[in-house]
This record gives sequence, structure tokens and C-alpha cells, in this order.
Amino acid sequence: MIKPRDDKDFQACGLFGVMDRSGERFNGKMVVEAMKNMHVRGNGLGGGFAVYGLYPEYKDYYCLHVMIQDWNEDAKREVDKFLDANFDIVHDEEIPTNEDANVVNPPLFWRYFVYPQKKGDDKRLSDDDYVIKKVMYINTKIKDAYVISSGKNMGVFKGVGFPEDIAEFFMIEKYKGYIWTAHSRFPTNTPGWWGGAHPFCILDWTVVHNGEISSYGTNKRYLEMFGYYCTLQTDTEVMAYAFDLLMRRQKLPIEIVAKILAPPMWDIIDHMDEKRKKLYTTLRMVYAPLLINGPWTVIVAHHGEMFGLTDRIRLRPITAGEKGDLLFLSSEESAIRAVCPNLDRVWTPHGGEPVIGRINEKALKKVVE
Amino acid sequence: MRFVDSYLEGVRKIDEIIKYAKIEGEVAEIDARDLRHKELNDLMRECVLRGARKLILKNVCGQRYIGTRLFFNPGVNVEIVIYGTPGNDLGAFLSGHRIIVYGNAQDGVGNTMDSGEIIVHGRAGDVVAMAMRGGKIFIRDSVGYRTAIHMKEYKERIPLLVIGGTAQDFLGEYMAGGRVVLLGLNLKNGKHKSHYIGTGMHGGIIYLRGKVEDYQLGKEVGVVDMEQEDWKFLEKVVEEFCGHFGNEIKVDKDEILGEKFMKLIPVTKRPYGKIYAY
Repeated sequence: MIKPRDDKDFQACGLFGVMDRSGERFNGKMVVEAMKNMHVRGNGLGGGFAVYGLYPEYKDYYCLHVMIQDWNEDAKREVDKFLDANFDIVHDEEIPTNEDANVVNPPLFWRYFVYPQKKGDDKRLSDDDYVIKKVMYINTKIKDAYVISSGKNMGVFKGVGFPEDIAEFFMIEKYKGYIWTAHSRFPTNTPGWWGGAHPFCILDWTVVHNGEISSYGTNKRYLEMFGYYCTLQTDTEVMAYAFDLLMRRQKLPIEIVAKILAPPMWDIIDHMDEKRKKLYTTLRMVYAPLLINGPWTVIVAHHGEMFGLTDRIRLRPITAGEKGDLLFLSSEESAIRAVCPNLDRVWTPHGGEPVIGRINEKALKKVVE
Repeated sequence: MRFVDSYLEGVRKIDEIIKYAKIEGEVAEIDARDLRHKELNDLMRECVLRGARKLILKNVCGQRYIGTRLFFNPGVNVEIVIYGTPGNDLGAFLSGHRIIVYGNAQDGVGNTMDSGEIIVHGRAGDVVAMAMRGGKIFIRDSVGYRTAIHMKEYKERIPLLVIGGTAQDFLGEYMAGGRVVLLGLNLKNGKHKSHYIGTGMHGGIIYLRGKVEDYQLGKEVGVVDMEQEDWKFLEKVVEEFCGHFGNEIKVDKDEILGEKFMKLIPVTKRPYGKIYAY
């Protein structure tokens, strides 16, 4: 079990995301350089990356990145047995790591490329829902095993260290993707451990987050009703599940989801025209338990889309930049400038208003089909 | 578990970084590309101690607190010219110096600034002029959230913040003194989007050009008529603004002053005085 540190550090996390909207893949060098620029936003207690378009050779299979705490052999055996019973495992291997990297006590990381083998009642579930159910089983039932990413053609690499250390550990610069998000952690209320680093992931949804979610308890209980169980001891986890529920299962667009998670204040709704007033009031009534309170900025990605969103009064920063097909989101403008000095446009959205990057249709087909 | 102070870890001593500065008489040019936050500020201080009175900083990219470590006996005032993107808390606690930025600034410009001047040829992020207590800040474009939060004044020391564009929410929140002028020069439909302007304000004045609905104002501010001395003050301020940025954006002093300004002042000096007292 992880013991929380009893002292508390006040700082900010660092977020960065970059997407090539033409679907062109590029290596992790750019995102590592950007994170180095924001080095002081973290304290070495967490860093991580999400990469999309990562495994084109296995793009039809779910890729599970599994973390085995303390190299617990029983946990690894149990995961193998469980996956073998519930999936076709087409390929599996240890995730290559660099032993010389500046990290302490890394757990074991293993990746499995799998195809669902549904039996009995599970046959009624969609593939995605089936995978979520099995991921939740591993996270809650198998001691010391955590699935840190579970989407197709994407993956999460994360751990305790500065982002540049984690990048070195996983040799991030060898990988290629068309969306990269990254996080540098300064843990506030929850322990700094390998599973608690960002990004958080379910299926191909990933979230990196700066801030703290004071509505965590309410959000967590609401999500449990839909089969999502929070096991990673960090508030950000609820965000990943909220996006999966609202966007994948309920098929709401981010423009609406933004107004559920970060709804306008009632006194602002009061001054809207009747149509909008009705919409915003309805959203607040139906989805009250998913209002995310407290200071937060997130960068969220799934195949084909990356977006940034802040709490409604923007208590944590975000800056967006554009250069041709590239869209950048960052905690600080300087990190964008460090990797792309001449931007076409740079701006900061209002609190609760998402900045959305979407891949063009043709490129999306290339990536997911 | 390994805890690292990411500000101080690996900071080099002056003799290792002096090579990044070129001092010629009263002018020092610093290449900031490979300098960390503290290194850049240490080096700026060293240059001034060696006689420089103008510091030109090239390739700045995210270094924080620029100008903060330059506290000297009265009379030593330097000009700092920045190319690139200075990091958070630019000119925090600034003591009498003049900072000119050719580029955008980030969050916390002029945090608790004491005196001097900051001129940004671009935009700035959140909490510009937070707790500022003297001097002047001019921002050419727009600013983010909570601009001039808890800005203050004392007797003849009245800080001034002038913004060419617009501001996001909570402009002048808990403002206790000073003057904020929002010119709205880049508004597309003439309307500011900012809500909660002057929430908790209990001192100072906000002058606002461009349209704002009543409900965009905090409960603690009121709109009052402009008087002769307000216009005289604005004339000086706008002239100074045009002097700084007239070469880069289309500005016409008479045109700006020819339009309506809203003057916002607090309704009471102690808006929350009764909350805890019965």
C-alpha cells in the first residue's frame, strides 16, 4: 500500500499536448523538449505521456499496458491467466525500458495486444464495454496489477520522475504518434506513486490534469453507478471515466460535455436567451453529480480528437497555439515557443470553453480503420 | 522517494555563466537560451553590479521572475529589453526599473510590483498586476483572468495598468486602489466578454471603453459619471499608450478619447465588513 506523504507541497503541474491534424506521426522529441521547458512546474514525483497512432501494426487489437507493482510474480501470473481466459492474446512482451534512466524502483511494465473472447452474459456487451469490465476487474481484484492504458493503437507511459526521466526510462523518442499529451506532476493531496502519475486512461481516452477536484467524492459515487471504479488514489481518474461515459457511451460532443463538467454560473444562465437558458438549465439538472468543482485544467485525447478545457473560472492556466496542421495546448506559452517559435496564432480560451483539435476525415480513416 | 527543488537543482555559479553576457560600457547583452530561472536573474544582477544600466535579453523562453533580483539603493534604475517569451511573474516586486517586452508575457506580470514600468508589446496571461502597489504597466493586446486583483494604493503612490485590448473574467477583483484603463481596441463587436468585473472591489478606479452590460459587473462596483479630471487623466494615459505602441497598431488618440468611457468605482470601502460582525 502507498503511504501518503504527510507534508504538502503547493505548486502547479505542467501540461502539454500536440496534435498533427493531418494525422502525420512524429516522434516524442518535441513533447519532451516542451516539458523540459516547464521543468519547474513539477517536482520529480510524476511524469507521463500518451501517444496516439503508436502501434499501427496491431491497430485492430486493444493494447493493454499493465503495471505490476513491486514486480509481484503472483500478480503477473494472475494477469496472464485472466487475460488468457477472456481474450485472444495475439502478442505480448515486456515494455522495453532503459535501466540507466534516472528513476527509482520502477515496477514491471508489460503490454498485451488482445482481442475480446466474450462468453455467456458478456456477449451482450460491446467490445469496448467488455474491455472496461475486464480492466476494472484487474484493477480492483488483482493485487499489485494496474492497467494503465487500454485503447487500440495508443498507449500510456508514466511513472515517478520528471517527464524527461520517464521519457528516458521508456525511450519515448523511439515512438511515433499523431497526438502526444504529457504531464509533469506536483502531487498535492495524494501520494506520488507510479500508478498515480498522469495520463489516466480508459480505452483510448486519456486525461492529463493540473489542479485538484474538490467534487471527487460526488463524481466518484456517480460514476460507480455506471461500472467505473476508482483505484488509482488520484482525483484525475474520475475525469477519464467521465469523458468515457459522456462522450463514448452517451455520444455527447465535447461542446456539450464542457458545459456539464464546467457549467456556466446560474447568474450567467439567467441572462441567456430562452433556448440556451433551457439547455444549460437542463444540463445542470441532469448531470449535477458530474459538475467538476475546484481548480482544474485538463488536456484530453482520444483517436481523432484532442481538446483542452479549464474549470469555469479558470483557476489553472492553459494556452493554445497553432502552426499549420499542428495544434498545441500547454500550461505555458513558453513551452510551445520552445518547440515552435513562429506560431500562426496563440490564444487563451475563456474558462469552461474547450479548445478542440480534430483530425481531418481522410486522415482519421487512416488512423483507426 | 526522491524530492527535488527544481528551481535550485543544478544552478550554476556566476563565473560559469558570465560567458552568456556581453558587457560593453553601460549596455549588457545576455543570451538567455541555456539559462535557468535563477541563473538569468543572477546574471542580470551581476551585469548591473559591473556597471551595466541597459540589459538586453535575447532568446528568453519561460524564465520566471525576470527583474525581481534587481533591488539596489535608490537611484540605480536600469532598462531591461526582452526578446522572446518571459516566464511567469515578470517584474515581480519590481523596484524602479523599466522592462520592455517584444513578445507575449505569461501569468503574473508585475506581481506586487513596487515601482518602475513594464511595457509589453503583445498580450499577457492571468493575474496581471496582482497586488501591484506602484509604477505603470502597459499591455498592447489583451489579458487573462483576475487582472489587477488586489491592486492597492497609498497616498501619492497610485499604480497604473493600461490594457489595449480586452480582459477575461474578474477584472479588478478585490481591487483596493490604483487605476486600471481598459481600452477595448481589438473588440470585434464593441463588447467585452468579461464577467464579474470589480467583484469585491473596495478602492481605486476602473476606466472602461467598450460595451459592458450591468450584469457583467460585480455587486460591489457602481458606474459613475466621468468628470473633467477623469478626461484629463485619460488624455495623458492614452497619449502614453499611443507613444508606446503607435508604430505597431493603428491607434488614434482623439478617436479613442472621442468615445464613451465607463468609470467604475466601489460602492463601499468595506464590502464584506458585516459578514463576520453582528
